[in-house]
Parts: sequence; structure tokens; C-alpha cells
Amino acid sequence: MNWKRSGIAVATLIPVIGLFAWGLTRDPNNIPSPLPGRAAPAFALSVFAPGQGELHRPVGDTMRLADLKGKVVVVNFWASWCLACRDEHALLSMLAQEYVGKPVQFMGVLYNDVPDKGRAWIAEMGGQSYPSVDDPGARVAIDYGLYGVPETFFLDVNGRVAYKHTGPVTPDVVHQKLDSLIAAGALQSALEVSKPGAAATDVKPAEGR
Amino acid sequence: MTGTRGFRGAARAVVVALSLAGATALAQAPDLPAAPKGAPQDSGALRVQVQGTLTDAQKNDPKLEDETKAVATELRCPVCQGLSIQDSPSELSQQMRTVVKEQLASGKSQREVKDYFISKYGEWILLEPQPHGFNLFIYALPAALVLGGAGLIVLLVRRWTTAGATSSTGPDDNE
Repeated sequence: MNWKRSGIAVATLIPVIGLFAWGLTRDPNNIPSPLPGRAAPAFALSVFAPGQGELHRPVGDTMRLADLKGKVVVVNFWASWCLACRDEHALLSMLAQEYVGKPVQFMGVLYNDVPDKGRAWIAEMGGQSYPSVDDPGARVAIDYGLYGVPETFFLDVNGRVAYKHTGPVTPDVVHQKLDSLIAAGALQSALEVSKPGAAATDVKPAEGR
Repeated sequence: MTGTRGFRGAARAVVVALSLAGATALAQAPDLPAAPKGAPQDSGALRVQVQGTLTDAQKNDPKLEDETKAVATELRCPVCQGLSIQDSPSELSQQMRTVVKEQLASGKSQREVKDYFISKYGEWILLEPQPHGFNLFIYALPAALVLGGAGLIVLLVRRWTTAGATSSTGPDDNE
């Protein structure tokens, strides 16, 4: 009888322990965003930091998502008070220059910060190659379901969210996502040229994932 | 459930105190300029909220305030631990409350405002999981445990009393 009882006890405990063990391997802060795969929330935000060289956009210019159709867009939310943003800043700035000439738009979105502080931070960090826009009231941040900074969204050529990265980006992540999204965009436009009409449906499975 | 609620209340108080301290220490509350921002211009994409759409009358409307509070207490503050955006003093929560209020003022129902936040943050944004699908398990579990426990007690007590009545020599465990 005791064998039976301990058998029952073990049979009950093992799944419970297994469940807890599995729970320990998961990061409770890692909450999946519902956005990837959906149309990116539209925005029209004003440039406060112009960027450099070929990526220059005059201060006060309005950057609209609608104007960026046909380009892969990297939207990086950052703030001058954000420590992790320092870790990725040089990398993003360099990568934006690396992709000059390709259909890619890097942009920074200032999150809960004032443009003056943002500009001072950029100067302190040695410049930012791509333009940054201000997001008063964090409207666009909330529209993108932002938890904190830095968070980076990769939008495909059709203006859909392809991928969301939480925390500082790494070169591998950016290269991999950008290259596949650019390739998908190129494939799509090639198909559109060869047989318009059918292209949109044909390309879907190949897109960015 | 009541036990958890008490604990939650205490934890909430601690978190509020800590975040208040943090907020004052950082003094990180920039006055955001009410920049003129474009109205929605895009076709298929989701709408952009227009900046500062509240009129003075709406700002002081007690009914709107109550509705905002009702929605805000159900939404989770993304940068806190277990606080609603109503209870959280964080800047993002304040901004989210403004969004709630503006959407309600624009004629959206409470349900629609909550759905907007769910579409952005996932169901995680709700402090209480919605009672459907797998979530029903969470709602049913406490009741099932209480009923099961009560059944077990009844069963055991019955067995002990009958065992005691029939044989006073052998107290228990004649399984």
C-alpha cells in the first residue's frame, strides 16, 4: 500500500516540478508583442536631430511612415536618460552608414525626453548618422506598444512590422533582419515588374520572416 | 483570493512608495511641448492620435473622469510591477491615461479603448485575464480546489468517525 501511495505522490509531484522548472527557464519580462505581422502604426513626427551626410534631414522636417513605403525602416526608440541606449548608439550610427545606398531608412524616436537633452546627448556620443524625431506625449511610443527604451522595430517595404527587438541591438540581429527584408523587398518589386497584379499575393510567404 | 488581495495591496503600497521616491530622485519630468502634429494621413495603417484633442469642458467632465478611471484601473502599467496605470505615477502611465481619456472623449466605448491597448501590448496589458479559453482554467481552479478540499475533508471525517465507531481499538489506517 505504501508503494502505491508513494507512486501516486511521485506521479503528482513530477509534473508540478517539471512545470516549475520550465517556468524558471522563461524570462517574465519577455512579453511577446502582438505587432509583428501587422501594419505598422502610422506616424508623422518632426525631426529634431538632423543626422549627417547623405542621411541628413533638416530639423523641423516631418517624417511620415507613408512617405517611407518601399523602404525597409528601422525605428529605434531612445532617450538621453537611457543607459542601454549608449551601448547600441555607435553601432546603429555605423550600420546606418553601412546601408547608405540601399532602400533602408534608419530613424531615432525620442521617448519621454526633451529635444535639447537629446541633441546634447548626441553631441556627447559623437554624433548620430541618421535623423531623430521627437514624440511628444509618447503617442507613437504607445501606438507601438513600447515598454521601455531601447526598443527597435524593423518595418518591411510594405509598412508592416516585421520584427521587434527589445534592448540594445547587436550587429548580427540588424544585419540578418535588414538583409532579409531588403531581399524580400527586391524580390517583391521584381515580381511586380514581371507580372503586376499577381505579385502581391505571390510574395507574401517570402516576406521577412 | 482575499489573502492574495491583501498581499497585493501591501506590495502595491511598497511599489508606489518606491516609484514615488524614484520619480522625485530622478526629477525626470520634462515638459513636453505641445508640438503641432499631423492628423492621420495614412490609409490602411492604424490611426495616430491627434495631439491634445481634449477641450476644457472635457478635461473637467466628471463622467469622463470616472470612465477614464474605470479603464485605467484595468490596464497594467508597462514599466511597473503589478500596478495599474491609474495607480502608477510613472510618466508613461500618465500619458497612457491621457490616451484613454482622449479616446473615450472621441466617442469610443470602454471596451474599444481596452481593445486598442490589447492590440498594442497584447492581453498582458489587462491586469485581470479575460475569462475565455485557457484563462478560464485560472478562474475555475480556486473553486475546484475549494470544492475538492471540502469533499476530501467530508470523506476523511466520515471515514474516521465510522472507523472510530466500529473499532475503538484500531484507531486508523486500515486501508
